Amino acid sequence: MQIIDLLQSMMPMVLFYSAPLIFTAIGGVFSERSGVVNIGLEGLMVMGAFSGIVFNLTFAEMFGSLTPWLSLLVAGLVSGIFSIMHAVAAVTLRANQVVSGVAINMIALGVGIFLTREWYGSGQTNSIVEPFYTRSVRFLSDIPIIGEMFFSGIYYIAYIAILFSILAWFILYKTPFGLRLRSVGEHPMAADTNGISVTKIRYIAVIISGFLAGLGGATYALTISLNFGGATISGQGFMSLAAVIFGKWHPLGAMGAAIFFGFAQSLSVVGRNFPILADVPNVYLIIAPYVLTILALAGFIGRAEAPKANGEPYIKGSR
Amino acid sequence: MFSNRTFNLIVPIFSVLLGFLVGAIVMLAFGYSPIEGYRALWNGAFGNAYYLGETIRQSIPLMLTGLAIAFAFRSGLFNIGAEGQVFVGWLAAVWLGIVVDLPTIIHLPLAILVAGLAGALWALIPGLLKATRGVHEVVVTIMMNYIALHLSNHIIRAYLLESGSRTSRINESASLRTEGLTTLFGGSQIHWGFIIAFIAAIIMWFLLERTTYGYELRAVGYNKHAAHYAGINVKRNIIMAMMISGLFAGLAGAMEGLGTFGSMHTHASFSNLGFDGIAVALLGANTAIGSVISAFLFGALKVGSLSMPPISGVPSELVEIIIAVIIFFVASSYMIRWIVLRFKKEEK
Repeated sequence: MQIIDLLQSMMPMVLFYSAPLIFTAIGGVFSERSGVVNIGLEGLMVMGAFSGIVFNLTFAEMFGSLTPWLSLLVAGLVSGIFSIMHAVAAVTLRANQVVSGVAINMIALGVGIFLTREWYGSGQTNSIVEPFYTRSVRFLSDIPIIGEMFFSGIYYIAYIAILFSILAWFILYKTPFGLRLRSVGEHPMAADTNGISVTKIRYIAVIISGFLAGLGGATYALTISLNFGGATISGQGFMSLAAVIFGKWHPLGAMGAAIFFGFAQSLSVVGRNFPILADVPNVYLIIAPYVLTILALAGFIGRAEAPKANGEPYIKGSR
Repeated sequence: MFSNRTFNLIVPIFSVLLGFLVGAIVMLAFGYSPIEGYRALWNGAFGNAYYLGETIRQSIPLMLTGLAIAFAFRSGLFNIGAEGQVFVGWLAAVWLGIVVDLPTIIHLPLAILVAGLAGALWALIPGLLKATRGVHEVVVTIMMNYIALHLSNHIIRAYLLESGSRTSRINESASLRTEGLTTLFGGSQIHWGFIIAFIAAIIMWFLLERTTYGYELRAVGYNKHAAHYAGINVKRNIIMAMMISGLFAGLAGAMEGLGTFGSMHTHASFSNLGFDGIAVALLGANTAIGSVISAFLFGALKVGSLSMPPISGVPSELVEIIIAVIIFFVASSYMIRWIVLRFKKEEK
């Protein structure tokens, strides 16, 4: 029974921690499946968190309870536009994609804090007044055990994250666009000879990843941190990248991995209260996602095979 | 036409100029005077002995992480894990500095050596995985960074905590700082680590350019398969390159532990030394001398930026933007090449 108690009190928290990771990880799947490595996820999340918070603070009075949803949308759009920079560098200018990603991370943090200081006079913004609130789903929350676990005291945004990953799976595996995207990431020359524009597909994929990472960053900011500062996003982007790999570059796999990482994170928070875990030092739970990713990559937990052309700029006419 | 060597000079110079240009535009856009801003930056980096000392102090670990990343790059590896290796080296150096009591002549070299070894061992894991299982080193090293961050925090809290969030000070015999040097530079935090950074740069240059071993490493970096065909042991070279790279990063940690701070504190997030090292290595075209020069530039930028808010009102984060833009342009050197060639053509 103790396990069920544990799960009951933890599930809402798990979903709460994993929602930002799910969004960002799906974004990562899009970008990497098209052959563009996106280490810049962290920076794109920073951009999302920043623009989400700024929009929320500025327009809270005008839009009332609608504000967080609009903030989310704005954050996605801003990050999507911002990610074009990565696309230009990685696709058009054939830059080293990892380096360009690192530059994205630095620029995002620099711009975010620079503007925060400009507009709010200090290193972090005020707390927002219109965050997301937890809700219980009517009727469903009355179901014994499951109702308590999955449908009460929860952010709707978590369901949306899960819906998005199912949608991403549909787009990538059941539509012509998805097939093209994947083919560009596996063998760009073959795709090109079949009349698919490698450049166009990769641009779209990177922008989608920017949009989703923006949603992820804003979700984190609007549910967990409630303001923006230099340390708001610290590693969630890289953790999402880990989720992409752990989930073997598959949207549903990435979602599963993100939920698992959320689980590990919340265990490190609430684990104290449960006798089975009380003796385990916190640090093991905190580093678990990272260790597992390395093990997954090393092939101890099933082989993680990256898209063939991942990280390689496509130059027409080269073999 | 330009030779490759000229391009290797043009690209970084162009990128730095573009970086400063973007910085000036940002300042103008927010109603600051770029001249005032850059003057504050310059004075804050070189204005007097104190600032110069601080600039040198900031450059020392950047040189070492820059060398670490440049060395890995030359052998075809991307060691994004310098960050974690810095933490491990830092912790090892501080630990040895606290628990051991020896005369300086043994204690100091020992602490530095152990820090280097700790960094090398931390880099051994991604090196091994890359060599034996073909796992991409970038992702593994990113994960290793977080493991290092959280583990070192845990170890400090559990075993070494003195007060608040830092360890007790290292014994004087392991310190890189001396009274004389501090007074010479107006009480700044400068320490003798710059000698170690220079030695490391010379070793790297010698190793890569003047030994068979370095030749093999570069061959592996250019083309793994050709190197293998020529009878070079690719796996061994990958592991060694990663370890030497980690050693340099570990030394950078020792500089922080034995020089700048004399202790280690718990970190909420990364020190950014490793990530800035990427910028240093790239701007320095992955050479030893280039890394030394660009580390000095970034050190000056970082230290100078601190004087910008009080004097010119410009937030110091502007420098982060400038550095990021510089890397962005260096990474996109294809564009600079294209522009330069275009100009050449039109002249004809």
